[in-house]
Amino acid sequence: MSEARAAFAMRPEDAALLAQLRAGDAAAYERWVRASAPRLLRVVRRFMRNEQDSQDVVQDAFLSAFRHLASFDGSSQLSTWLHRIAVNAALMKLRSRRRHPEESIDDRLPRFHADGEHEHAPTAWGASGDRALASAELRKAVRAAIDELPDLYRDVLLLRDIEELTTEEAATALGITVAALKTRLHRARLALRERLDDLMHELEGAPA
Amino acid sequence: MNCREFTDFLMAYLDGELPESERDSFDFHLHGCQSCVNYMETYQAAVRLGKAACSEDASLPDDVPEALVRAILAARAKP
Repeated sequence: MSEARAAFAMRPEDAALLAQLRAGDAAAYERWVRASAPRLLRVVRRFMRNEQDSQDVVQDAFLSAFRHLASFDGSSQLSTWLHRIAVNAALMKLRSRRRHPEESIDDRLPRFHADGEHEHAPTAWGASGDRALASAELRKAVRAAIDELPDLYRDVLLLRDIEELTTEEAATALGITVAALKTRLHRARLALRERLDDLMHELEGAPA
Repeated sequence: MNCREFTDFLMAYLDGELPESERDSFDFHLHGCQSCVNYMETYQAAVRLGKAACSEDASLPDDVPEALVRAILAARAKP
């Protein structure tokens, strides 16, 4: 256990809730479910491509958390622990559903001339990035750009850049090597950058 | 070092995972190549935008179906 973990102190309200949950308090469990389910469902929806699967995963996550309350060691917030359980449940469901063969990402990557120079010289996004964040429609477009990535790459990007798992944690969660994870993450980011580059340049031409 | 090589190893460069000699080649290329400066900045911006756009959806209305809450509560009650 790291020093940071050893020094972690559970919030008093978490400790009280945990005690109630472990004691089998049905009302406390219902409060916990109602308070936590919205956030979990949002997280899980990013991974799953359909609503029924998302709801199944959230249900699985709560059941798994409930069954493992006794082994929760208090080294993180209860909400963080539940969040991780939900992400793992989503990954398990995705693995069981994965379609083969996987879609290639190659045609979404940047292109180069034979001498190694960019085919299209990259230009700065300037203020377009900030404008994208100010617009709900464009935030949605950014999320759609992530969602359009081939599954293997989207999962890695979600785990590392959105859920902020460490490289090692994400590799373990996906059952791949750290080297493979890094390669996929870089390619996912390259492909996302290409898609957002189109979006930003469309935005530059649009009225502010 | 050309732009393709720079792009291929950009993540390792940004993560400080390249040996010093290779890092020097990257720095040298970057000083003379505005395209790669732009590329690197927009690569980093893409990561930031993705993160921000996904955390932003936390402000969307909560829409957990009551049937799901009921199913979760019922599953717990089963032996």
